[in-house]
Amino acid sequence: MADWTFQELEEWDARIRELVEGFGLECFPQEFEVCDHNQMLGYMAYSGMPSHYPHWSYGKSFEKLKTLYDHGASGLPYEMVINSNPSLAYLMRDNSLLLQILTVAHVYGHNDFFRNNRTFATTNPEYTIGAFKSRASRVRRYIEDPTIGLERVEAVLDAAHALSMQCRRNLSVRKPSASELRDTAIEKARRPADPFRSIHAEPEYIEPNLRRNPPEPDEDLLLFIRDHNPYLSEWERDLLTIAHEEAQYFLPQIETKIMNEGWASFWHHKILETLELPSNLHLEFLVRHNQVVCPHEGSLNPYHVGIKVWEKLEKKCEQEGNGLDEMFVTREADRDTSFLRRHLDEELVRELDLFQFAPEGDELVVTEVSDREGWKAVRDTLIGNIGSNTLPIIRVVDGDRDGKRTLVIEHVHDGRDLHPEYAEKTLQFVHRLWQNEVVLETNLGETASQLVHNDRGFSVRAA
Amino acid sequence: MPRLESVFRPFRSSDAERSDRAAGDRARHRAKVREAIRDNIADIIAEESIIGQDRDRIIKVPIRGVKEYRFIYGDQNPNVAQGDGGTERGQVVGKNKGQDGEGSPDKAGNQPGVDYYETDVSLDELIDLMFEDLELPDMERKRLRQTESEKLFKRHGFRQKGIRSRLDKRRTARSRLRRRAAAEDAAPTPGRERFPFHDGDLTYRHVTTDIRLESNAVVICIMDTSGSMDTVKKYLARSFFFLLYQFIRSKYQNVEIVFVAHHAVAKEVTEEEFFYKGESGGTMISSGYKRALDVIEERYHPTLWNVYAFHCSDGDNFDSDNPAALKLVQELCDVCNLFGYGEIKPLGPRYYESSMLNVFRRLDVDNFQTVLIEKKEDVWPSFKALLAKERVPVETRDG
Repeated sequence: MADWTFQELEEWDARIRELVEGFGLECFPQEFEVCDHNQMLGYMAYSGMPSHYPHWSYGKSFEKLKTLYDHGASGLPYEMVINSNPSLAYLMRDNSLLLQILTVAHVYGHNDFFRNNRTFATTNPEYTIGAFKSRASRVRRYIEDPTIGLERVEAVLDAAHALSMQCRRNLSVRKPSASELRDTAIEKARRPADPFRSIHAEPEYIEPNLRRNPPEPDEDLLLFIRDHNPYLSEWERDLLTIAHEEAQYFLPQIETKIMNEGWASFWHHKILETLELPSNLHLEFLVRHNQVVCPHEGSLNPYHVGIKVWEKLEKKCEQEGNGLDEMFVTREADRDTSFLRRHLDEELVRELDLFQFAPEGDELVVTEVSDREGWKAVRDTLIGNIGSNTLPIIRVVDGDRDGKRTLVIEHVHDGRDLHPEYAEKTLQFVHRLWQNEVVLETNLGETASQLVHNDRGFSVRAA
Repeated sequence: MPRLESVFRPFRSSDAERSDRAAGDRARHRAKVREAIRDNIADIIAEESIIGQDRDRIIKVPIRGVKEYRFIYGDQNPNVAQGDGGTERGQVVGKNKGQDGEGSPDKAGNQPGVDYYETDVSLDELIDLMFEDLELPDMERKRLRQTESEKLFKRHGFRQKGIRSRLDKRRTARSRLRRRAAAEDAAPTPGRERFPFHDGDLTYRHVTTDIRLESNAVVICIMDTSGSMDTVKKYLARSFFFLLYQFIRSKYQNVEIVFVAHHAVAKEVTEEEFFYKGESGGTMISSGYKRALDVIEERYHPTLWNVYAFHCSDGDNFDSDNPAALKLVQELCDVCNLFGYGEIKPLGPRYYESSMLNVFRRLDVDNFQTVLIEKKEDVWPSFKALLAKERVPVETRDG
């Protein structure tokens, strides 16, 4: 049983909150809920949400987590924090007092990050819990509706989940509507004002293609299908909306994993060092903190990389003597990609001993190391493999090719090929939702190819 | 006091007990896993040596059907990891497990979509799944010696007492309405008062046990154990019979099984000997059929018994024996509901040697079925082809 009482915890929390404010963190009001390991597994399977719509994939994720936990292959996190207002965090009942203190401090770090980082500006934290509840009740209603039923809901959700991450990445830039894009196209085609018109040759007039739908390539795959497949029923459209909204909610967390964990770890360290812990707790703190932020050799620990960069930034602030302003600006303005591009310099890459590796035959071989010639390549490869850069960009280019309602989507090839089996199976899901032929343009190896899925099944064509 | 507010909600064990929120989704996932296993049974049987295994044995089954597909990058691309200092170019840091494995060095990475997944199934569960759609075909009702096969519960009237689950709600409600109508006739009460159920209203369905009689059936397994049946062929034949044996044991309580092993001569053997002992010698297929006919004659007369006979051989028979064998097959077909012949012909140097399939082709009887087993992947489809309820080719099943 735990070695702490509620009163103790609340006293520590009051002291921590004082420090949090003293350091200049700006948090949402915070709620802590104490749960046991089974509840924690449940929260993890449903991304922490107190209510969530049912789908077998969450059952699968629960079983997986539980198996790993039961076999001791992985522990449970000390906490989970939800980006909402008020912020909601779960604490594990059986953790020791020190772990609870550390966790509480860590949670305030995340809370501050959620509230202030620009990437989260679009997530409407006031409505998070309500929105998830509403989605859950809508999906349940469709499942219980005798004219729809579980199987059909599942068929749509399976497909929607497969495509939900194929959406716009930068949500703080407003998406122009189709009519605005058409206006821009007309504007562009118009002959620019030219005072020397009489002596200049008449430029060739290129008629803008106003028929094409979408006017410009569109990354929101689910939304495009929802809005342009006339054969979908209302409930199917709603399921696509639900999957899309949920992906949009989680996208900022994917985009800021390293920064966010680094920030929270940086602050829990600073707060606990300032708390003047009794020596037995302090010793445990050092051990636990090191467990959390230790480097994982042969892979990458976001806590470790994150806190290293923040610590470096702190050192820089101290040298310049301007307070920690630059750190606070960074936590507001950056996301993982820009954060690493700006602040992960040669010295730090070398200190972390980052290296780039690639498969060669049966083995994984180091191809670049962090020396003077290699460190930039290493950093850039790292940036290519974090956040939403791990997701290929797929855009709708044409929703009605040749007037046959063929959906054409393109993979914006950045040197990395799609996983062929996954591409084939996912394309099947696009076809299920579009209910007509779909064509994916991509490069396989060196050759431009078209993956096609229509009523006759899957095929590959050379483009 | 800090302006930042916080609330602590204590742990409530009642919540914890109530909140198995993933239960429904887990059940659904489990159902999908079973589906996936069913679709992959042919592979599982081919990969696993399940012959002679204990039914409680746990089999690891790779699940391919419950992957969550997305557009992802292939894992043959470069990535970045952290070293212990002093990492050098060209250093080997792990194994490339190809497109299906995980591509990060040393420890398993967190690549999105790497989703290879195994589940544990007991052999028992697997067998139940496998035999769901199969049965001994054309079972007839035979006179006499009907064996007691199953205890069933049969509805038999109503009672005032019973267990909760057998409460008949409609009758109970009706009985209350009747009582209320009677009560109002006797002493009319103004307004709508509460009129609760009484014990006397409760009506329970009554059940009795019923014994269903099943027709007698016997399955005769005939296996060629001659010298030409090498290890591979014996393995295939035994796989086939093992499936048959498990199928009968799991679906029928009272079906008898007879084992006959033959080379140039045939004898009836025990289950143990049939599955585990090797023999050698020349091949006289007719001897096995003769022995089977004798067994039927002595103990399982076709007027009383449904008889099923299955024979596995490599078809490498003495030419001189073929006419006799053909004649005996004809006789066997006359007494059997079904006679199945499986020819074991692994691809190899002796593939084109004599085959009984050619000999039996002259036979034109409905209840004679032949299958060709060339490799271990064929065992399950041929087994299914012989015993499927609808006798449809395997491919046409939905899925």
